[in-house]
Amino acid sequence: MARSIVPIRTGEDVVRVRQEVRRFAVEAGLGLVDQTKIVTAASELARNTLDYGKGGEASMDIVQNGARRGVRIVFEDHGPGIADIELALKDGYTSGRGMGLGLGGARRLCNEFTIASTPGKGTTVTIARWK
Amino acid sequence: MDRIPILKLGEALLVTIQVDMHDRLAMALEEDLTARIVDHSAKGVLIDISALEIVDSFIGRTLANIAMIAKVLDADTVVVGMRPAVAITLVELGLSLPGVRTALNAERGMAMIKSRIDDAAMIATDEDEGGP
Repeated sequence: MARSIVPIRTGEDVVRVRQEVRRFAVEAGLGLVDQTKIVTAASELARNTLDYGKGGEASMDIVQNGARRGVRIVFEDHGPGIADIELALKDGYTSGRGMGLGLGGARRLCNEFTIASTPGKGTTVTIARWK
Repeated sequence: MDRIPILKLGEALLVTIQVDMHDRLAMALEEDLTARIVDHSAKGVLIDISALEIVDSFIGRTLANIAMIAKVLDADTVVVGMRPAVAITLVELGLSLPGVRTALNAERGMAMIKSRIDDAAMIATDEDEGGP
């Protein structure tokens, strides 16, 4: 399945990201619970991209590691960046209108989670869930 | 903008969320429900989420807000029909839905609301009669 790139500019785009990630998760052969986890994580991160990153994009791929298949999603924005990533990952930390579960919660729902951020340049979050 | 329909059923309000909600739609539901609880002096709100494939932190917060607002307005909220995969994911996400009562299906949820309405009616009758 070819890579899919979904721009994130509005709240409707967050829904589009959820639907597209679902399609990839099904294609990768993930079970229903794993599908739900990766779609939920993607929803949190897409919202972060929109609210804190001032918009950006999500690109997703089916990935293969030996016999294992999975889905990997990269969220990229060129917003203000995150000065203290450890703090941002803590439950209960929020600088906006959420519950402060976005980043930490998303990390718990994935098998892989990496975040890179440069203040003033933007943030990239990569997640993956394996079958 | 789309709105999620709210049905009136006696002294209860019934909401069936059948679309993948974006955040503004969830916020609109919160506002609409608040207005309708007051308009109809509703005693209960039943929210059916059986069609929802995910509940993320925003939707979860909206459900918790609705329950809190309804409580302040003297109405009970029961969320019904959560899918098992959604429940597992919610717990892992760290969302506990404070103050939100849940039931497995609409029938049980309605029974919870009805018993609350009946209790309230009984207390009102006792007061009218000046007690025993």
